[in-house]
Amino acid sequence: MSSEAVRQPPAPSSLRLVLTLAIAGLVSGVAIIGIYETTLPTITANKARELREAVFKVLPDDVSSMQALVYRDGSLTAVEEPDKDEPVVYGGYDEQGDFVGYAMPGAGPGFQDTIALLYGYLPEKKKVVGMEILESRETPGLGDKIYKDADFVAEFSDLSIEPEIVSVKKGTSTQPNHVDAITGATISSKAVVRIINETHESWAEQLPAPGSEPPFAGDPGDGGSGQ
Amino acid sequence: MKKNESYEEFVKGIWRDNPVFVQVLGMCPMLAVTNSAINAVAMGGATLFVLVGSSFLVSLFRHVIPKQVRISCFIIIIATFVTIADYTLLALVPKVHKELGAFIPLIVANCLILGRQEAFASRYPTRLAVLDALGMAAGFLLALISLGAVREILGDGKLFGFSLFSENFEPWVVMILPPGGFLTLGVILLFFNWFKYKKDEFLADVAEAERSGS
Repeated sequence: MSSEAVRQPPAPSSLRLVLTLAIAGLVSGVAIIGIYETTLPTITANKARELREAVFKVLPDDVSSMQALVYRDGSLTAVEEPDKDEPVVYGGYDEQGDFVGYAMPGAGPGFQDTIALLYGYLPEKKKVVGMEILESRETPGLGDKIYKDADFVAEFSDLSIEPEIVSVKKGTSTQPNHVDAITGATISSKAVVRIINETHESWAEQLPAPGSEPPFAGDPGDGGSGQ
Repeated sequence: MKKNESYEEFVKGIWRDNPVFVQVLGMCPMLAVTNSAINAVAMGGATLFVLVGSSFLVSLFRHVIPKQVRISCFIIIIATFVTIADYTLLALVPKVHKELGAFIPLIVANCLILGRQEAFASRYPTRLAVLDALGMAAGFLLALISLGAVREILGDGKLFGFSLFSENFEPWVVMILPPGGFLTLGVILLFFNWFKYKKDEFLADVAEAERSGS
């Protein structure tokens, strides 16, 4: 392979070895900081845009703005930027700034890995009105039908959540709180239902009574806050 | 002569010394991310960027880097380029980045890249090193795309996300699952080895004929 002889310099001093690595590390560090600083605004904007799109998708069409809501000091409060790892829901408001519904993020174990999803919830009607899978590593062709199968996703567009959602065998749904599980993806379908029920349960005490939701903090119709 | 030589450095990576089909290097990303053609292109592109960038720098500094610490230096250079590629993909194509997941940072550990630094870039002038890197990366990209395309067509009925068949097509799901990667790669390697065998046989025949003729 080598036609050209490798140059054999005399053994270099330890100082030279250490210096070479230190300089390489330094230059590399500076380059990484540079690229991080350059791409950070785009990455943050992308994440915020993805979240907005998902929130608007799971809530009714008249929602025009959103804000992040967290449970602090015994009541639900609007915040600009929720703390890391703090449970958060997103309130959706129409053009007049009136409250429409919540978009609730939930996560839990699926068939292979954590499934993270977002569902739209109208507290007044106690109904789930939309569901969007944000993250999943379910089996392609089988488990991934939880977001690829339009019929399954449509099951969550008008679904009673009290009493809790029940997944039933395909074609046997009779009650408003029944969901047809996907044939061949029973575990994934059940996981989705369980995540929604558990999320609903964990927030049940903390959400205010219907009609007394926190008002929209920003200027109605400005496209929403939370970014 | 000079021109031929550099041309040869570029072309050898695409066919004769193809990193995947002939040298069987870089198997981890090869099997893991080729379940669709788009992922394959993104992975191949990122690898191309890292390989060409590192080969250029390694070759440029080949007389400065003491050979006792050369591997550490190669890894620092490679890791820097990988981090740049990682953030750039995350900013430009977040969806693809999500699909590739941990396999972008793992480009650092792709033996194809470190192998080229040690075997080629650290011994040859910059121009040849870059050509060699371009050729090897192109060969890798070609291999990824051929595997990704076969698996996506059979396993999902699509190519680059466009449906190819009518509604009646029943996707062969196993092809986009991990076993499909092994099956497809096995068949392609079989073809390459058969081809090499036939070529050797042909060359032996020619040599034989020449000897008996003279």
